[in-house]
Amino acid sequence: MSTTVKKSPLNRAALEFKSSTFSVPVLVLSGNVPDVIQEQLEKKIGLAPDFFKNSPVVFDLQALNKQGLPIDVAMLADILRKSKLMPIGIRGGTQSQVEIAASLHIPVYSVHNSFSETGSFHQDKDKTEPQPETQKTTINTLVNHPIRSGQRVYSAGDLTVTAQVSAGSELFAEGSIHVYGSLRGRALAGVQGNANARIFCLDLQAELISIAGNYKISEDLQGHLRNRPVQIYLQENSLIIKDLV
Amino acid sequence: MARIIVVTSGKGGVGKTTTSAAVAMGLAKKGHKTAVIDFDVGLRNLDLIMGCERRVVYDFVNVISGEALLNQALIRDKHCDLLYVLPASQTRDKDALTQEGVGKVLEDLSKDFKYIVCDSPAGIEKGAHLAMYFADDAFVVTNPEVSSVRDSDRMLGILSSKSRRAEQNLESIKEYLVLTRYSPDRVKLGDMLSVDDVQDILSLHLLGVIPESKSVLSASNAGVPVILDEKSDAGQAYEDIVARYLGENRPHRFIEEKKGIFGKLFGGK
Ligand SMILES: Nc1ncnc2c1ncn2[C@@H]1O[C@H](COP(=O)(O)OP(=O)(O)OP(=O)(O)O)[C@@H](O)[C@H]1O
Ligand SMILES: [Mg+2]
Repeated sequence: MSTTVKKSPLNRAALEFKSSTFSVPVLVLSGNVPDVIQEQLEKKIGLAPDFFKNSPVVFDLQALNKQGLPIDVAMLADILRKSKLMPIGIRGGTQSQVEIAASLHIPVYSVHNSFSETGSFHQDKDKTEPQPETQKTTINTLVNHPIRSGQRVYSAGDLTVTAQVSAGSELFAEGSIHVYGSLRGRALAGVQGNANARIFCLDLQAELISIAGNYKISEDLQGHLRNRPVQIYLQENSLIIKDLV
Repeated sequence: MARIIVVTSGKGGVGKTTTSAAVAMGLAKKGHKTAVIDFDVGLRNLDLIMGCERRVVYDFVNVISGEALLNQALIRDKHCDLLYVLPASQTRDKDALTQEGVGKVLEDLSKDFKYIVCDSPAGIEKGAHLAMYFADDAFVVTNPEVSSVRDSDRMLGILSSKSRRAEQNLESIKEYLVLTRYSPDRVKLGDMLSVDDVQDILSLHLLGVIPESKSVLSASNAGVPVILDEKSDAGQAYEDIVARYLGENRPHRFIEEKKGIFGKLFGGK
């Protein structure tokens, strides 16, 4: 065991750089009105307050800048912090936005950098079969072990779990969620608003399912579709649950 | 190098200490030098179950804070020469345990022992976290009821994400299910979850089922780990668990209702 702090001989290494990947939510802005941003942000966070509390976030200004909409980066960072998010990066910013960010100690990420889209359990390249419902990204986060009560997983793209998902756990995906086992926890697909996201599972016993903010709780899920393989999608703002086979 | 086993559960009162004492005794009786450590600072009772409470001079906290040497604090079991107990302090508060201190004690014990059994306190706070942090194997003690199963599930999540092995990207902790206080009659009445129900929820390797048994209470009153009561069902069930852990293949017992000797012997699935 290497936990003891020995009076170190000179050659004993005190540190080491390791490469790790983290899954960090990206906030893609498409409007620049501060009040509206704040209001919509609060609404989204309200869906999963525990998950977002003190969560790091990278904000993406590419869409704004394409529309030529200016935004005050310092003010945006303030809004995020007020909502208990921790801005840890900017991407898609203009030269001056990037400079302001740097002066606020917010690192810059390039749009092509996969940093923000890589889950910690991410297994590379499922790129041969892009899912039609996730135009934004084809990154798939794969989890090969059970997700236990109290655990949370966030995917910036699709999320595939090849084991069970326990009651008391939470899955979030900007794209679709696939569970090859029992789904007993909460599953929120399309958390950034993708209404085409879907949820698939082999055994529906979920505490809550949600697609792009439209949700049903366990109580609404009684009846013949429980304990069966189903897919769940959004049609005219209502959740449809259908037998998979 | 020793193998470090944590006996954990999340929920309190499910049989962790009973299991720690029995398993440690079982391993020692099979010829492996074993230490069992009480991590329940402030609520110690492993020493009572092991029947060594009157021989406690120094404890785990004394060792960590440098007030005693490990050898001074280890108590040799009176039934088995290969078994040693490291008792918890009754008087100190939980903050006396530090990750660094625990790591050092385990490292020192590892040089001399084959197995180290860590009896975790209930909950998911610091004491429970330290008990499991260095583990190689986890015995997740669960009672056949919903709240206990849920807490075990939570503990499994913590084992797979907050342990040393998880943090250092090593091979993950081996997790085993120990289902205790099982009562086939009450399962049949629908008062308790069945083995299958629990397995279905936790999807975990079942190491064994310990029946609800009066022998557990009498053993703890006598200060003798129940595994030494070879005639008792609970004692035999713990013996099976130790054998299975060491690689033996034994059919599961005590899962079916009592129906005579054959039902008992061949009751496993
Ligand atoms: N198989 C069993 N049959 C009957 N009683 C049992 C059994 N296992 C444990 N008990 C009883 O349950 C109680 C709690 O057991 P024990 O102290 O081992 O649990 P624990 O998980 O260590 O509790 P804590 O969380 O307080 O440390 C004790 O009174 C014990 O005698
Ligand atoms: Mg105990």
